Amino acid sequence: MNLILIILIPLLTGLAILGLNEKHARTAALAGALVQLVLALVLYAAFTQERSIGNVFPILFEQQYQWFPSLGFSFHIGVDGISIAMILLTAFVVIAGVLVSWNMEKMKKEFFFFLTLLGFGAYGFFISLDLMVMFFFLEIAVIPKYLFISIWGSGNKDYSANKLALMLMGGSALILIALLGMYFSMPPELRTFDMPKLAEMNIPFSLQRWVFPLIFTGFGIFTAMFPFHTWVPDGHSSAPTAGSMFLAGISMKLGGYGCLRAATYLFPEGAHEYSSIIIILASIAIIYGAFATMMQKDLKYINAYSSISHCGFVLLGIGMLTKTAITGAVFQMVSHGLMTALFFAIIGMVYERTHTRMVADMGGLLKVMPFIITTLYIAGFASLGLPGLSGFVAEMTVFVGSWENQTFFHRAATVIACASIVVTAVYILRAVGQVSMGPLKYSSDQKDDGRWNEKWAAVILIAGILLMGLAPFWLNDLVSPGVEVITNKLAGK
Amino acid sequence: MNPTNILLIPLLPLLSFVLLGLFGKSFFKTKAGLVGCSLMLVSFIIAVVTASSYFFSTGLQNGQYQQLKPFIMPWLKFANGLVIEMGLLIDPLSMIMIFVVTFISLMVHIFSLSYMKGEERFHVYYAFLGLFTFSMLGLVLSSNIFQIYIFWELVGVSSFLLIGFFYQKSSALAAAKKAFIVTRFADLGFLIGILLLSAQAGTLDFLELISKLSTPGDTLTSALATTFMGFSALSWGLALVFMGAAGKSAMFPLHIWLPDAMEGPTPVSALIHAATMVVAGVFLVARLYPVYAFSGAGFVHFIDDIGAFTALFAAIIACTQTDIKRVLAYSTISQIGFMMFALGQVPPETNGAANLGYTASIFHLFTHAIFKALLFLGAGAVIHYVHSNEMKDMGGLRKKMPVTHAMFLLACLAIAGIPPFAGFFSKEEILLAAWENNPTIFWMALVTSGLTAFYMFRLYFSIFWNKEPEGHHHHEKEGDIFLLAPLVILGIGTVVAGFVPFSQLVSADRKPFETELHLQFSIAPVVVGLTGILLASWMYRKHSAVPENLARNMGGFYKAAKNKFYIDELWLGFTKGVLFNLIAKPAAWFDRNIVDGMVKATGSGMEWISYRIRGVQSGKVQQYGLFFLFGIIIIVSVYLFKNVPWR
Repeated sequence: MNLILIILIPLLTGLAILGLNEKHARTAALAGALVQLVLALVLYAAFTQERSIGNVFPILFEQQYQWFPSLGFSFHIGVDGISIAMILLTAFVVIAGVLVSWNMEKMKKEFFFFLTLLGFGAYGFFISLDLMVMFFFLEIAVIPKYLFISIWGSGNKDYSANKLALMLMGGSALILIALLGMYFSMPPELRTFDMPKLAEMNIPFSLQRWVFPLIFTGFGIFTAMFPFHTWVPDGHSSAPTAGSMFLAGISMKLGGYGCLRAATYLFPEGAHEYSSIIIILASIAIIYGAFATMMQKDLKYINAYSSISHCGFVLLGIGMLTKTAITGAVFQMVSHGLMTALFFAIIGMVYERTHTRMVADMGGLLKVMPFIITTLYIAGFASLGLPGLSGFVAEMTVFVGSWENQTFFHRAATVIACASIVVTAVYILRAVGQVSMGPLKYSSDQKDDGRWNEKWAAVILIAGILLMGLAPFWLNDLVSPGVEVITNKLAGK
Repeated sequence: MNPTNILLIPLLPLLSFVLLGLFGKSFFKTKAGLVGCSLMLVSFIIAVVTASSYFFSTGLQNGQYQQLKPFIMPWLKFANGLVIEMGLLIDPLSMIMIFVVTFISLMVHIFSLSYMKGEERFHVYYAFLGLFTFSMLGLVLSSNIFQIYIFWELVGVSSFLLIGFFYQKSSALAAAKKAFIVTRFADLGFLIGILLLSAQAGTLDFLELISKLSTPGDTLTSALATTFMGFSALSWGLALVFMGAAGKSAMFPLHIWLPDAMEGPTPVSALIHAATMVVAGVFLVARLYPVYAFSGAGFVHFIDDIGAFTALFAAIIACTQTDIKRVLAYSTISQIGFMMFALGQVPPETNGAANLGYTASIFHLFTHAIFKALLFLGAGAVIHYVHSNEMKDMGGLRKKMPVTHAMFLLACLAIAGIPPFAGFFSKEEILLAAWENNPTIFWMALVTSGLTAFYMFRLYFSIFWNKEPEGHHHHEKEGDIFLLAPLVILGIGTVVAGFVPFSQLVSADRKPFETELHLQFSIAPVVVGLTGILLASWMYRKHSAVPENLARNMGGFYKAAKNKFYIDELWLGFTKGVLFNLIAKPAAWFDRNIVDGMVKATGSGMEWISYRIRGVQSGKVQQYGLFFLFGIIIIVSVYLFKNVPWR
């Protein structure tokens, strides 16, 4: 399978949207997203096919083209199980995002163009095998977000857009500094940005100990690492629905993926050195984010703060450095991406009907919008880790993996993380219960339920959540060989 | 043992959930109830066939019931060797449980045809019943400790959905949330307990885990040798798992959710909050019985105390409540207390051999499920008839509702421990076990028995006797066949269940043994029970001022009991005062003001610096010339002095 297709389709879709008139932009975006979803599934099938005929090479469908030979980077792409899981996630979220934005009024063409461009950036990021190419795609996935919030956003949108863009740019700057520093501190004949090559080298500990924290923090900002998470609530709450879905569903995963692939994998000794700090910060994010969520009154803030807590599991899993825990971190990325996108999609649907996002101003909505509220329950239950839905699988894998470390410190961090499941239940049930149950607070008692596009968006994401929650073994088989490569490197093999 | 057939037992209710959930509104409509009932009926029949073929032909080999795992499917393999499996574990305990669950569920399904008729979300109700039954069956058939946790959470959420079924009532929302969150809190313990025990045993499989942790060997030695804060890893693990069990089974002080859960439809209370889900905690302890009883470093005595205390405590509260469902709820808590402390009756030297406590506990679970479901369904019929839960709105209904009255009386006699009804036999065994092991517990239990008889007959006389019925009930009939048939069937069950030779079926070591009925031993409990009944009859059979006067004379104690000893308020104070005001609020404030404040400070700091240095870009040529000159001087001096020694 030719991986170029994965980035070519969004690119062509984007160009087609620009070329078409306002009316057909959404059709083109949907068609592109659909083709991309099929392509992602084909990629998954082709990958498992290769594996089943015994191809155990860690990275498949590799391609490499010269790009800037003088600067030592080449257009090097390829996938392993982890990247495929992320590509599948992106395909699910993008198509759902297009569907919920179907009736977008303002500047349709530009909206769908930027949405497709974001997808392009994310796909490119997940297939890159060269740090500079990865960085290039990372930036593509940041800039449209600024425009997204400042043009189509709501509330205090200029402030939020600035804050988000500056904080993410700050993260990118850290990554860039680290990459260049690493590059130039190596002897000229060894200088490279190529990840497979870097992985084979023995990068000296003196270099790892300062490159690792910079890269990890840089990507950590993307995935809401405490204390660099404050862009999350503002950014999410001001963004348009599809923007929040993308931001929380995919963009935060770029960070987690980067922490894992660029920082932990390439600089294992750095990872060992800083693992306890990562664990401390992640545990704080998990429990503190959960408690902060309890006090939020706006649905989008609730989901944004809960994302801080949930993304803490990603970092915790990575920081624990065991194979199970890291697998759990990848699970959590997929799971959180799906459920948080679903959550934001529903918040958008509810807002469109009630014109409020304040929990206290809603009540008994199950009566007038049964489909939407049922979906809200599914998203909520996924978020609080109900078995059968994706969140449970991810969290339990992180817990079991974390418990493998036998020191008191690791166990205490695990117990703290476990405790968050109670707090999560509190804030989810408070919000979801208040919105759906109790006396009806709505302008009419006529049904005003989801339209076809909204229903399909929800169904697609729920399908993903159920697929992972009911049959986690396929994702496990997909992801764990990729994780094993990383843990082998961590173990110094 | 054909695994496909056994799989059908839980999968048919699941099918009911899926069908009714997806197509209930558009396709089945009012037929939803029939769909649910027929699938449940098939499931029940298969369960009966499976259980009887296990007990009477295939199960018993060489004098011991076999533990079989006819179906195992790996669900999630962790890299460290632990595997979550979805499997079936067939042994006497699970066989008794599938009978209880499918039987009560079928009765509730049928009863609801009449009770829930005309509800707007009729199909949703049946869908949720299907989900619950599936989860409960999955729970009792679990072969893996993580599998049981999965179904444990699923019964919790089904319970949440059904308690909140009347979703427009704010009280239903509050009760549903409370039930879920309190049990979730307990489940946190369960989860950490699982992590601890499985890390010690290196497996999640029940049979392996139990055998490794209950027979002497390296695993057990290390589980006992690893200590934290003075207790062994095994003790910690068992205590934490018990926390989960105590939450589900509403043991003190985690019982607060159960009375509120009565907000759900009454048939749901019968199924979930009386007969099946709330005994899951008892089931869990029974499942891990060898570990608790024979190697848990004495933890079992704690279970003993908690159970006995809860039984007495809840019985006292039950005497003061006026909502009939709440009386029944406290009675359930009290009866589960009986089952729990019965499990704790482990003679010191038996070492895994048959003992009465275990058998008695499961026997009581079995009989209680039947007569308590009958009590709830009877209460449901009464509530259906008078449209109120309050005792004061009832009275004199024996003539209006003859069938319900007769059946309710049977169940009251059973729970009061009057021979020859079901409760007599099981409670007798529990008391005997306590007498042989721990006389303090025995006396507590005897007092509780008396209280039980008293509050049950207080309830019975208040509903069916007391004042004469007022004229405003215009119903002609007490209910249709769907409402009454389950009552009669359960009534028959209440009479015959006690005669099941239970010790032949269920015992701790799975070897059948004989129990005898000691007539002279039975005298005391029966006399105590009759005393309770007579007392209730004297106070409540005719409307009188006696109860009020008594309550007044009891003063503060009565008030405290009526207010459930303020445990709810204590918990509320803790959550409001500590979790919300002392943790969550400061966390949210800290985030917005301190953490985000630092981000903002960085921004304004930048602004301040740029404001200060913007004068450099003045556009004046003379100034630039000056900078140029200074620059040259500095560069030249660096060049000139670069070889000075101090560099």
